[in-house]
Amino acid sequence: MATETLTLGKALNTGLRRALENDPKVVIMGEDVGKLGGVFRITDGLQKDFGDQRVIDTPLAESGIIGTAVGLAIRGFRPVCEIQFDGFVYPAYDQIVSQVAKMHYRSQGKVRIPMVIRIPFGGGIGAVEHHSESPEAYFAHTAGLKVVSCANPQDAYVMIQQAIASDDPVVFLEPKRRYWEKGPVDLDAPIADAYPLHSARVARPGTDATVLAYGPMVRTALDAATAAAEDGRELEVIDLRTISPLDLTAAYESVRRTGRCVVVHEAPGNLGLGSEIAARITEECFYSLESPVLRVTGFDTPYPAARVEEEYLPDLDRVLDAVDRTFGW
Amino acid sequence: MAKGDPGAATRSKRAAPRTRRAAAAGEPELVQLLTPEGERIETALGPDGTEYRVDFTDEEYRGLYRDLVLVRKLDAEATALQRQGELGLWASLLGQEAAQVGSGRALRTQDMAFPTYREHGVLYCRGIDPIMPLGLFRGVDQGGWDPNEFKFNMYTIVIGAQTLHATGYAMGVAMDGKTGGEDGEAVIAYFGDGATSQGDVNESFVWASVFNAPLVFFCQNNQYAISEPLERQTRVPLYRRAGGFGFPGVRVDGNDVLASYAVTRHALDNARNGQGPSLIEAYTYRMGAHTTSDDPTRYRIASEVEAWQAKDPIARMKAFLTKQKIADESFFTEVDEQARTESVHLRERVLAMPDPQPVSMFDHVYPNGSPELDEQRARFTQYMESFEGSAH
Repeated sequence: MATETLTLGKALNTGLRRALENDPKVVIMGEDVGKLGGVFRITDGLQKDFGDQRVIDTPLAESGIIGTAVGLAIRGFRPVCEIQFDGFVYPAYDQIVSQVAKMHYRSQGKVRIPMVIRIPFGGGIGAVEHHSESPEAYFAHTAGLKVVSCANPQDAYVMIQQAIASDDPVVFLEPKRRYWEKGPVDLDAPIADAYPLHSARVARPGTDATVLAYGPMVRTALDAATAAAEDGRELEVIDLRTISPLDLTAAYESVRRTGRCVVVHEAPGNLGLGSEIAARITEECFYSLESPVLRVTGFDTPYPAARVEEEYLPDLDRVLDAVDRTFGW
Repeated sequence: MAKGDPGAATRSKRAAPRTRRAAAAGEPELVQLLTPEGERIETALGPDGTEYRVDFTDEEYRGLYRDLVLVRKLDAEATALQRQGELGLWASLLGQEAAQVGSGRALRTQDMAFPTYREHGVLYCRGIDPIMPLGLFRGVDQGGWDPNEFKFNMYTIVIGAQTLHATGYAMGVAMDGKTGGEDGEAVIAYFGDGATSQGDVNESFVWASVFNAPLVFFCQNNQYAISEPLERQTRVPLYRRAGGFGFPGVRVDGNDVLASYAVTRHALDNARNGQGPSLIEAYTYRMGAHTTSDDPTRYRIASEVEAWQAKDPIARMKAFLTKQKIADESFFTEVDEQARTESVHLRERVLAMPDPQPVSMFDHVYPNGSPELDEQRARFTQYMESFEGSAH
């Protein structure tokens, strides 16, 4: 079995390569995805090996990327679009929300848009404005889109292939601050048998409180659980993986055991995923809860200057502080 | 309705040979093959020196006339249906029949069209049942059909969005190796003068240009974007915008079905042969309201409408057919009768359209479904069933 240690970025690159090999209709398109291999090198080497008809450097226009990908999809292609940074997806927002999301519905199932929109998202890399945002709630709020985020190299490798194979349009959020983190990746495991794309997974079992996270915050939640264990408190960490539709089956089961729940994300708290998750857990687990569901999130400010982003972003201490508060209720 | 392929017709010897160059001094810069008075111009020159001509048989001329009349009559029927509360809205094409029939008939079978929400005439010329878009306007569906089955994309309501879809589709045509010969595929993107201000349209110009996409941009300049006149969208003739993007542009008399056909067929054939995109500005006029919800008397004067009335696309074709003795009164009567029959048939079928079941709103949100939606559907169904037997 070929299990290799790869960075999350290389795992994505390898998954994209597999998708290009397995289906001649898969095309990658975006700004600088060709010779440069993308600003994060996620498409490194792909144009060299698959040619500029399969890995397409596009003009610098995000609406154009998504809009032309809609046309390619109608023609029978499976476009994988790279949006260079989270903060640059908004020019494409109309095409994503009004066209990509609605084509299947509008056509009563006659048109499928099997598109993947890859977006490096979130902060923590010391970037300038517009390069550190977490726009997932905008997309999760839109019927017709599916939204996922991977948190480790193995999931990156598998989930990107699953997203490309899916006939649903998928917004694929890549935790850019975790691109360089390494982990084991089983390159031979058949994708067809892999853990389902739209399913959450327990990342660390525990008994005392439940911590829900996705994308870049899974690592933070796991670090918090390690620290909590040293203090004798066992946190169960659930990697949500799928943001729309949410899969809270494991979360409900967990919260019914622990009675305490903390949701963590980088995006601002107001009307973020945490709000929806808290509402659903309250509905489903009301009699099991020992405290309200608490949220640890970015603040309701624009993403701040890089020198203060550490204070903006949820970290181990803020997660543990919230866990403490669930016990103090 | 014209049958077969009018462009393959033998040359008509009837019209006197005349050549008119577009953009001659003091004249509007448009390609014209049939004057408002019904006079034929044998050859018209485009701004780049392209010679435009058509060679139709008498039967094909009559077919184009039939198309124009039928399209207008069906459109009028839809307007009437809206006025009677049977449609929620209608976007009339009144005045734009020639631009739509000319360009629609110029499409070859393998070509793909991306319409706005007003291309009922193009739809008709694609051989599609005119009932198809009425579900959208009646509110019983969202206008859903299979674009690949009809080679005609779904109506697109967001202004200009479809030009990018057309561009991507055309890129796909090229990637599939379907350009470069007579049997190549070409794509046409319809939009209006207002849409030329949209970012998506300008982005599609850039993309089509740099990827040399087999695409014809067909802009029906009907002079108004709801209430806003052309001057609020542009300071230059729209067709000249093409030059800045690196492909040819031409302005055609959009009330002249022959010229609309000629320039579109030429542009499509260039595209299918691998010569890339071009822009056609069909200079026309929206004789009616933007939609049935609009009141054009608030923003334009009657004399302007009357001036355009004199350029009516059907009247000039009728004058031409009559003068050249290609058709007589019995033909015109027969066409009117067919139009009446088809519109009555359309009306009957609109009235028979069933309302959808409420629970159908949950259908087709995702190809692969969603457990969240399944749950909402189940709850909604249960809720609706709770009323059964009650007097709600």
